[in-house]
Amino acid sequence: MEPILKVSDLRTYFRADAGLARAVDGVSFEVHPGETLGIVGESGSGKSVTSLSVMRLIPEPPGEIQPGSKILFRDNEGEKDLARVTEEEMRHIRGNDIAMIFQEPMTSLNPVFKVGDQIVESLRLHQGLSKKDAREKAIDMLRLVGIPIPEQRVDEYPHQLSGGMRQRVMIAIALACDPKVLIADEPTTALDVTIQAQILELLNRLQEELGMAIILITHDLGVVAETCDRVIVMYAGQVFEEGSVEDVFRDPQNPYTEGLLRSIPRLGSHSERLAVIPGVVPSATEWPTGCRFHARCPYGWEKTAQEEPPLFEIGPGRKSKCWLVEHPERREEIRRETGGFTPEGALTGTGASTPAAGAPDEGVDVQARDREV
Amino acid sequence: MVHSQTDLEFSPPEPVAGEDPTAGTKGRTPVSGGHLALSAVLPGFGHLVRGEWVVGMVFALTWAAFLGVAFIVWDRIFGVFGGPRTPFDGVLAVGTLGALLLVVWGGALYDLAVRAKRPVKRYGDSQWAIATRHFRRNRIAVAGLVVMLVLYAVTLLTPLIAPFDPAAQGDIVQTRYLSPSFEHPMGTDKFGRDVYSRVLYGSRISLSIGFVAVGLSVLIGAAVGSVAGYFGRWTDTVLMRFTDMMLSFPRLILLIVTIALFEPTIWLVVIVLGLTGWMSVARIVRGEVLSLRSREFIQAAKVLGMSDARIILRHILPNTLAPVIVYATLGIGTTILIEATLSFLGLGVQPPTPSWGNMIADGRDALLTAWWISTFPGLAIVITVTAFNLLGDGLRDALDPRLRT
Repeated sequence: MEPILKVSDLRTYFRADAGLARAVDGVSFEVHPGETLGIVGESGSGKSVTSLSVMRLIPEPPGEIQPGSKILFRDNEGEKDLARVTEEEMRHIRGNDIAMIFQEPMTSLNPVFKVGDQIVESLRLHQGLSKKDAREKAIDMLRLVGIPIPEQRVDEYPHQLSGGMRQRVMIAIALACDPKVLIADEPTTALDVTIQAQILELLNRLQEELGMAIILITHDLGVVAETCDRVIVMYAGQVFEEGSVEDVFRDPQNPYTEGLLRSIPRLGSHSERLAVIPGVVPSATEWPTGCRFHARCPYGWEKTAQEEPPLFEIGPGRKSKCWLVEHPERREEIRRETGGFTPEGALTGTGASTPAAGAPDEGVDVQARDREV
Repeated sequence: MVHSQTDLEFSPPEPVAGEDPTAGTKGRTPVSGGHLALSAVLPGFGHLVRGEWVVGMVFALTWAAFLGVAFIVWDRIFGVFGGPRTPFDGVLAVGTLGALLLVVWGGALYDLAVRAKRPVKRYGDSQWAIATRHFRRNRIAVAGLVVMLVLYAVTLLTPLIAPFDPAAQGDIVQTRYLSPSFEHPMGTDKFGRDVYSRVLYGSRISLSIGFVAVGLSVLIGAAVGSVAGYFGRWTDTVLMRFTDMMLSFPRLILLIVTIALFEPTIWLVVIVLGLTGWMSVARIVRGEVLSLRSREFIQAAKVLGMSDARIILRHILPNTLAPVIVYATLGIGTTILIEATLSFLGLGVQPPTPSWGNMIADGRDALLTAWWISTFPGLAIVITVTAFNLLGDGLRDALDPRLRT
């Protein structure tokens, strides 16, 4: 099947005081109609910048999508390169063909308008419906996303709705114009766990009913396992591993993916301390030479510190960016010697000297990270 | 999506669902046809027979007051249309009187026929409804609002209710410097003109200048501030440095120079006041826009493919309205004062057109012998400006959630 969205060699750089920040550096992936693609990675790995680049919402300047980047979007008329279309065309695509929902439902709705009017506005803008028809459709959309008594809710203000309700309204707004691709940037992070499950369930159901493709950006591996068909793992602005969810989770090929999966607590197994990836994501203005993960990787050796590995094709739809693909014997050797990712990694890791990308305590707060990544 | 591990039913916490959301009216007894008929003949009495005393008395008294005014000035109403030419302000005054009567009559009827039947709203308060509720509790601010409304009503009705022509000079020997009496409630000035009539006509100048000039500065300020704040970067730099430059001129001197260069007319004063007053609005709006711009709902509007103009006009400006309204209300008071200052200095409205400022200037020489000439326009200024300031303070308290108690 032809992919509906094909991103190739996307590079988005920001001019910062500290130098050129290469936030997204050569990312390629495809999204097929009707599938759910998960993008996972730590904070600072470039997930959100990737999605904003696809929407062309990078503030320019300081940001810039570098020449050579391609974002091919296929619609009825053919293929368009979103990196190149005019702002005018892009406005027509946003909301209409590609929609997006955000992490923070509390602030994503305009506080001075009734929620219904916010759905109506988008419908009238993109589909030219009459006021009355748009209102009917808005009520239908609210019903579709599982809001009870939509005839009444349509006239309420955002501050009268709970967080979960607001996220449902956001989804209703995003889906009102029947988009072909929905980008969900951490849609459940700000919600509590039961509401999270409801929202994911809702997205699941709507995808079956409406048949759009979803790009789900998250740092919650549990969410990915539950909802996605395929997953790409991002680190330091690059794709490190790609494959179907079952393959990647059962048999992670890239040490970074392995580290992420090892750091999740499992129900039933009792252990004093979780395995962790030592250190933090390095700063985007000075990525390490060689493999960008080498300083935090227990399998690293001289070659990884000097040469950057390509994204090896290791099976049908399966990719990994790691020299271990060519030197599989190293993995077994290291595992025998030190055990790979270990609970002690956080304390003895080499990451302490790496410049931090996020908050200074991010690498130290082992407990919090265990829960998240 | 392949897996669906959880199997939760869609049962989000939902409080409101009553079978009949229209159940229950505002605790008011049902309205009969008799009440409506009575209200149609005598506004307010429909409420009174139902035992709704406060509302009924307000409607009945205002109706009586307006009807009384209409009765007293009956001849003048015909005079407006009977003369050789129809004066615009006279038509406006008659129109205003008619509109006021219609509003009271219709308001009483509407309250009985529609609002009494309206259901109790168990949901759905806009932030404006909440602000209104808070505003109502602030009695002083409500008093300011009432005074302001009365002032504007009086201003519009002036040609009908002023006893004398404000420019007509009396007998220079007999009627100059008359102290307040029944015929001249505020006395007469050195040309024998009736001070009361002149104060009434002067209100027209002061209030309309305040209103129009502040309207102009709010328009300019909101445009400059929102464009600067939204687009940022060099647009912001250029516009805000220009604003800073304008701010660094002493306003009064700028006004004096401009007015001295051209012939001072009312419109010149209004335009100059408007053009020199927008900087604070621009700064307020820019500040608000800067914080709004990074809010997620603006990002969400962009994601929905809305244009910059649409985002500014529909999504950003309505969110900056509250501080601007407060500023405008307070600004009207300030502008009235500045106009009075200019007129006092002889640079504003030119005689014989009365304005409060130039009336005070007129009476300055005779302050010891004829105190009433300066005092009454001075009092008018004090009352007006105080009313606007009280209203502005009340609005700020009501509109700013941080100040609500």
